[in-house]
Amino acid sequence: MRILLSAIAFALCAMTAQAQDLQTLLQDNAAQIAKPSRNAIGPVLDDMVATGLPQVPTFLEQWSDKNVWQNEDTGTFFIATKTGDTLTLTDIDTGAQSTAPADGFKQLKPNGGVRRVIGTALVQFQLIDPDTTRRAAALESIARRPEAAQLAPLMASLDGEDDPALRARKENLITILSARFAEDPADRIAAIEALAEETSVESRAVLNQILATKPGVATTLPDANIATQYDPMADPDANHAALVTADLATPLTTPDDIRAAMEAHIIDGRVGNTPTAQLNTDAARATAYATLAAAGTVPPLIGIPERDNALQSHVFFDTYTEDDPAITTAARAALDQVETAVALAQTVDLGLDALSLASIYFLAAIGLAITFGVMGVINMAHGEFIMMGAYTGYVIQLFVPDYTIAILIALPTAFAITFAAGVTMERLVIRHLYHRPLETLLATFGISIALQQLAKNIFGTQARPLTSPAWLDGAWVISDVIQISYIRIAIFFLALFFLALILFILKRTRLGLEVRAVTQNPGMAASMGINPDRINMLTFGLGSGIAGIAGVAIGLYAKVTSEMGADYIVQSFMTVVVGGVGNVWGTLAGASLIGGLQKGIEWFNPSNTLAAQTYMILFIILFIQFRPKGIVALKGRAAAD
Amino acid sequence: MIATLLEVSGVTVTFDGFRAINNLSIQFPPTGLRAIIGPNGAGKTTFMDIVTGKTKPDEGHVIWGEENVSLLGLSESDIATRGIGRKFQKPTVFEAQTVRQNLAMALKNPRSPFAVLTHRRTAKNAAKIEAIADEIGLTDSLTRIAGELSHGQKQWLEIGMLLAQDPRLLLVDEPAAGMTVEEREKTTDILRRAAETRSVVVVEHDMEFVRRLDCKVTVLHEGAVLAEGSLDHVTSNQTVIDVYLGRGHA
Amino acid sequence: MHNTFIARNPSVLWFLAALGLFTFGVTILSEATGLGLISTSFVKTLGKTLCLCLIAIAMDVVWGYCGILSLGHFAFFGIGGYAIGMWLMYARTEAIVLQNFSAQTIPATPQEISDAIGNQIFGVVGSSDFPAIWSFADSLVLQLAMVVLIPGLLALVFGWLAFRSRVTGVYLSILTQAMTLALSLYLFQNDSGLRGNNGLSGLQNIPGFEQTPQATISIVFFLASAFALGAGYLFFAWVISGKMGSVVQGIRDNEARVRFLGYHVESYKLFIFTITAVVSGIAGALYYPQAGIINPGEIAPIASIYLAVWVAIGGRGRLYGAVIGAAFVSLLSSWFTGGGAPDINLGFYTIQWTDWWLVLLGLSFVVVTLYFPKGIGGLFDYLVRKPS
Repeated sequence: MRILLSAIAFALCAMTAQAQDLQTLLQDNAAQIAKPSRNAIGPVLDDMVATGLPQVPTFLEQWSDKNVWQNEDTGTFFIATKTGDTLTLTDIDTGAQSTAPADGFKQLKPNGGVRRVIGTALVQFQLIDPDTTRRAAALESIARRPEAAQLAPLMASLDGEDDPALRARKENLITILSARFAEDPADRIAAIEALAEETSVESRAVLNQILATKPGVATTLPDANIATQYDPMADPDANHAALVTADLATPLTTPDDIRAAMEAHIIDGRVGNTPTAQLNTDAARATAYATLAAAGTVPPLIGIPERDNALQSHVFFDTYTEDDPAITTAARAALDQVETAVALAQTVDLGLDALSLASIYFLAAIGLAITFGVMGVINMAHGEFIMMGAYTGYVIQLFVPDYTIAILIALPTAFAITFAAGVTMERLVIRHLYHRPLETLLATFGISIALQQLAKNIFGTQARPLTSPAWLDGAWVISDVIQISYIRIAIFFLALFFLALILFILKRTRLGLEVRAVTQNPGMAASMGINPDRINMLTFGLGSGIAGIAGVAIGLYAKVTSEMGADYIVQSFMTVVVGGVGNVWGTLAGASLIGGLQKGIEWFNPSNTLAAQTYMILFIILFIQFRPKGIVALKGRAAAD
Repeated sequence: MIATLLEVSGVTVTFDGFRAINNLSIQFPPTGLRAIIGPNGAGKTTFMDIVTGKTKPDEGHVIWGEENVSLLGLSESDIATRGIGRKFQKPTVFEAQTVRQNLAMALKNPRSPFAVLTHRRTAKNAAKIEAIADEIGLTDSLTRIAGELSHGQKQWLEIGMLLAQDPRLLLVDEPAAGMTVEEREKTTDILRRAAETRSVVVVEHDMEFVRRLDCKVTVLHEGAVLAEGSLDHVTSNQTVIDVYLGRGHA
Repeated sequence: MHNTFIARNPSVLWFLAALGLFTFGVTILSEATGLGLISTSFVKTLGKTLCLCLIAIAMDVVWGYCGILSLGHFAFFGIGGYAIGMWLMYARTEAIVLQNFSAQTIPATPQEISDAIGNQIFGVVGSSDFPAIWSFADSLVLQLAMVVLIPGLLALVFGWLAFRSRVTGVYLSILTQAMTLALSLYLFQNDSGLRGNNGLSGLQNIPGFEQTPQATISIVFFLASAFALGAGYLFFAWVISGKMGSVVQGIRDNEARVRFLGYHVESYKLFIFTITAVVSGIAGALYYPQAGIINPGEIAPIASIYLAVWVAIGGRGRLYGAVIGAAFVSLLSSWFTGGGAPDINLGFYTIQWTDWWLVLLGLSFVVVTLYFPKGIGGLFDYLVRKPS
């Protein structure tokens, strides 16, 4: 309707209104302007727009901002600003300024509804505003509240648009608006088909709006655009409830109703002819109720047979709010296509999530893998080294206000501190327990509880923040579906860096050679002049140091608590065990498998992370059955022991 | 009486591309002593691993006893209960337990957990233990903790445990390692006596000890039989001298 | 038969005598007899400690004797607790529901009763239907059977899988830890059918004995726990004394050698793992009615690790060591964390034991592992040797 009106108005304006000034038009509709109502203001605005006068948008804006005053004697409108008791008046058409006492003027205060209508009328001016930010703002306001009236001005504004980004956005919005509001069904279908190429949330929302349905129930299927028809017996309770709501059926007589009926009709210790003491079965109550119903004291029983009769004499369906089947069919096809694309994109997104989780597990586990692989030592305090690294980052941020510098200091400091802690622990405890792996496990567990409680005593139980620098905030948005936060990308590269670093140390340095020698045959290595003690110490330090760095990384995206290490330790063990001991690639494989698996299970059962973890652990237990030595297993006689 | 107690034929094992055993075929009669010699890496220990079920070969057959049972696919404990006993290179006795407990554990009796749980001490078993202890010269040490024994005594105890198992085939890995001359003599006697009623296979390095055993000798080299016969016969074989003795004596 | 067994194991007799004396003493001094020198809550603490001692000897058998460092035995303990807790909660709720219905003029149908009980029990997790695992909750006999059967079956299946594929050493420890973690995570879910993180509560109220004072109930459970500990001690001492003990310790010291002796090592491990799991289940079934509440946090991996700590501190490889360790550490722990220990004022800092006890425990554990691998029980060796 509105489109029609404005089209007529445009036509009229071309023929008649050239010479008019705005004040005249305003005076013609003075009553409407002075006391505007939301419903009646439309035609007046259309007339104003139709004049094509350059002063219209300014007036509309000032009016909306309550800066238009009316001379109470002459009825003339002015744009005015009030200073004290004086008004500075600006003539609406000429822009001539004058002053006058405020007494003789009345301020126009259009209400919210009216202001919104004015805003819509203004959009077409803003769309061709020379200022790009105002044009962009206008486009976003259209995107937020798409209305049919906006389509024509939007299309009209396209030709003059020279900013490529805004032009693309305009085209995009035209498609969205056309899909819903275009006059010609063919235009709408064309627009809908164009939408099928996009995966944005906006276009999916449009398609879903076109496909909006409302449930219905009737005795025969009405002649409407039916989306779905249901089997009445598929969900009998819900369908019956719909019938009851539509006053087409009587509610079921519930056990509570029956019970209430019994209680209300006890006569001489009996209900019907049944003594109350015998009413402790459903059958007895049914008999008693039937007696009451036959006597007319209670309404007849509505049971399952009655319900099913009612259901079967009705049809249950959803109708599209859109009447044209051609359009809904096109939209359905488009939505299916979009959803396929979205599913594909979500798979990619899931892959990225899994990759980032795998990076975290890799970082958390690689230190453990080194110590376990080289020394056969399970370090239960590994998780606490992660925690120490995270707290190091937190403490440094207390003193260094610049987060970027703080992180740059924190990484090496965390490494140094946990390296030192690892070496100390190796010297004081683990050295004495070689060849007693189970006791090492327990002793390091003792250290783990002590460290955890110590952290609790120092830092308290509440979570401490480790804030990432501003440039790591936000996310890399590839599409509405695929996005990944910068922190996770940074962690991914950190993991990659450590993978490369460890491979380099193991394969290209003297230390690495000695470490590999000690791993494979400590006795032989010792006889070749390698000091296994020193190698063990350095390896343990290295493994612990990496845990410290992992702690900083994990602290950046999770909270720093005294228990954070415990959260990662089991996961890390799984990574090492699943991957295969003593092999960097094994740890990488293990981390990828566990990260991928966890995300995969969450994908199937997104509401329940607890269940996901449970299933993952069960999977790992089973996995170990079939590959007890992990994915990348050492072969040969060395592995037999 | 059958002619062959254990027949190994065409067995091959590879570790990471390295052929530890290469198409090995070898037979053992129901009684008698046999020595297997060979340089390091000849596959002696791997051969024992295969027979006792610790290592699964890639191909080949291992056939056992009158019923020609294939040992491949049986578990270590199954193979052991069928009558194959093994003594490791390093003496492996249960050091925390007494000599008597060690022997009692090895004694041929039902091996299922329930049978063991309800096991009662009997005079018959005690007599067997005494007899074996006497055989290995540990009668006075029956109540001692095995960990307190000397190296040689531990070796004997382990041989005693093998005898207690009453196996039909005894695989003995370097029994004389680290023994004094006197102890060696005693060990030789024990093994010879055992070989009167069963097949005893001794894997040895020490030529002097092999000579003392005075039995048929099989030379392994690169996972296959290089030569077989009396010690004099094999030591005069030129290839054996080249690959083994030559190096050893150089 | 027991004559010879006990004659060969005098320490069993000593232990049983000490346990009997202790039980008798506590009973006499408890509020149940009127003397009241030991409060009911402390009787409960002691009763619970006895249950912990029972699971500790099970742990000692599986770890100290068989060499399997299981970090999952508390899962079996928890399952035992849940199994009995289901009956306790069901039966008690049923009594309350019947009480409520009896006030009404129309007697309730079985369905109404069941619905009302379901509503009472599962209201906290937003449900009122009975999950399938509650099918037998109305039967004390069946739930008691579950105390034994479910830990046994779980241990059997898990152990069979793990031992069959020769998972040993630290791998096995991690795997058992994963098992208990999976179980506790599962139970934390609201739709696990066991009330999620609310757990089962009100277990101290024994159905049918509503009128009996807690003083009496506590002493009955205390006596039952003492009896179970004595019986368990006797049973395990018997298991590990004879040839079984030899084989099992042989497996601990050199698994491969035992295998080459012809013993099917996996069966033995499975046997030990399963019977200790069953005993753990029984210990849990006695513990939780005294504790009053069980929730999934109880079977978090940390609990099983503490169990290993007790046994190590007490001295593994000897049953009385496990008992001493469990009793000593758990009582000391509740003394320290309960604020019983006086704070130490250093002038510049006050050591509050509620904060520092875990640090002390962790470090003393390291010291024990390093320097006293035989634990407290090792002290007895000196006592025994000196006279001879």
